[in-house]
Amino acid sequence: MAEVTDEAILDISGLSKVYKGGVRALDNVDLTIRKGEIFALLGPNGAGKTTLIGAVCGLVRPTSGKVTAFGEDLAHNWREARGRIGLVPQELSTDMFETVHRAVSYSRGLFGFPPDKARIEEVLRSLTLWDKRDSQIRELSGGMKRRVLIAKALAHEPDLLFLDEPTAGVDVELRKDMWKQIAALRERGTTIILTTHYIEEAEEMADRVGVIRKGQILMVDDKDAMMQRMGRTEAVIALSEPLRELPPSIATFPVELRADGMELCYRGGDGSGKGREDVAALTKALIISGIDYRGIDIHDSSLEDIFVGLVSETEEA
Amino acid sequence: MGFNLRGAWSIYQRELMRAFRTAFQSVIAPVLTTSLYFIVFGSAIGSRMEPIQSIEYAAFIIPGLLMLTLLGETTSNSSFGIYMPRFTGTIYELLSAPVGVAETLVGFVGAAATKSLILAAIILATATLFVDYEIKYPLLAIGFIVLVAASFSLFGFILGIWADSFEKLGIIPVLILTPLTFLGGTFYSLDMLPDPWDKIALANPIAFLVSGLRWTFYGTSDVSIGISLGLTLGFLAVCTAIIAFIFKTGWRLRE
Repeated sequence: MAEVTDEAILDISGLSKVYKGGVRALDNVDLTIRKGEIFALLGPNGAGKTTLIGAVCGLVRPTSGKVTAFGEDLAHNWREARGRIGLVPQELSTDMFETVHRAVSYSRGLFGFPPDKARIEEVLRSLTLWDKRDSQIRELSGGMKRRVLIAKALAHEPDLLFLDEPTAGVDVELRKDMWKQIAALRERGTTIILTTHYIEEAEEMADRVGVIRKGQILMVDDKDAMMQRMGRTEAVIALSEPLRELPPSIATFPVELRADGMELCYRGGDGSGKGREDVAALTKALIISGIDYRGIDIHDSSLEDIFVGLVSETEEA
Repeated sequence: MGFNLRGAWSIYQRELMRAFRTAFQSVIAPVLTTSLYFIVFGSAIGSRMEPIQSIEYAAFIIPGLLMLTLLGETTSNSSFGIYMPRFTGTIYELLSAPVGVAETLVGFVGAAATKSLILAAIILATATLFVDYEIKYPLLAIGFIVLVAASFSLFGFILGIWADSFEKLGIIPVLILTPLTFLGGTFYSLDMLPDPWDKIALANPIAFLVSGLRWTFYGTSDVSIGISLGLTLGFLAVCTAIIAFIFKTGWRLRE
């Protein structure tokens, strides 16, 4: 697997975008993307994810700020950098009357690369589009059309790839298939920035996660570190007999009684498994104290729980 | 990376392919329309007309008819070429590619101009079926046609960026270019108009184009070829400047 390095492949500083009418889509965004990583940008609808991608890829004119890719300032030396960036847009925007092969070949040429039948075949085969190469794009299913967009973005072998909601509207099987494709790209050393509504997607693939809301980056961290720092374990222990109060032997655990003393609820730990260890110790303490129980329901918080908590916290603030 | 030649070539090829996909609309329809003009105005009515500027009427109208089709088709082709990617959203690829104003113009405008030149050749070949004619200055005629095709391709490109609906896209060619070409001496010489209409007709810029092309065909014209040429070059320069401004500011291209 290609290694993630500390070398910055993309550096965004003080980036703001105010649309006509005063909507501030990006508000002083600072973000650095490391070479070789998969970075997931999470945020609710209208958070500014697509605007941020557009500002880097040349679709949106930033109001202020600076974007540097591969060491080049995109406001001035955009040609060189853009030739190394690929974009898969959220919308299924492609010439529906074009054949798959021609559409992908066109993309390669547009980015200044010479025709390479072998490369086009490799891309189409990797996305299981080879059998459809002579089909008009309008004849394909939604999932296949999205694959065509990915193929078009890969035709010029980008070093940095933006995937804006890459699995939106595709079925579960195809989604997991695309995750494999993205993992394969990463192995080849492509740096990937993806936005997604499926937090599971970020949890599955990302090295680092950024959360954006109302144009502001709320948090950027390694996914595992974020899970460890903000993750929680919740365990509900169904008791055989009701308890009136917590016995001293378990009072040191972060637990509370509920359901008229029939349930013991534990909330604690972190995303590294400490919570489960606590629950194991808690159940031993219960047995030693002669407190019987009928069942245990344990739930570790997911990235989605963390994301929802983070966004709603700032909403309330 | 300097000028992205492969990028420009890719756009050019793709635009030409698009024209082949819509061959009926792009080629056959204008040829049919022009043939009908020749049949009605050239053969049926023209046979009863006196020669104009010593040119048989059916031959006299060839440059005007050519200009009529050339202006309409060039403007439409070019405007559609850039409007459709904007409409369908595929323009994202163009904007995110290492492609600037020069590559875009060479690709889109070059293809539109090429289509127009092919069309002009087909129309002139069609005309030989209806009337005998000779072109006095063939190289100048080709040069003038190239110049007009390039200018109106640029104009169409601006139109395609300005338009935010299919209705707006059709307004200029249908409501402005076609009437002005009809009134620009396609079917008559300006000196046949009564005073003051012969002078008012000179306010119509298309009259200079029709007159200029007619000069390259027969050596006679309503206005000096120099003025026609200067006006066309000026129009070309203005359109190029406007497009450069559009790309610099991103007007209607980038949010």
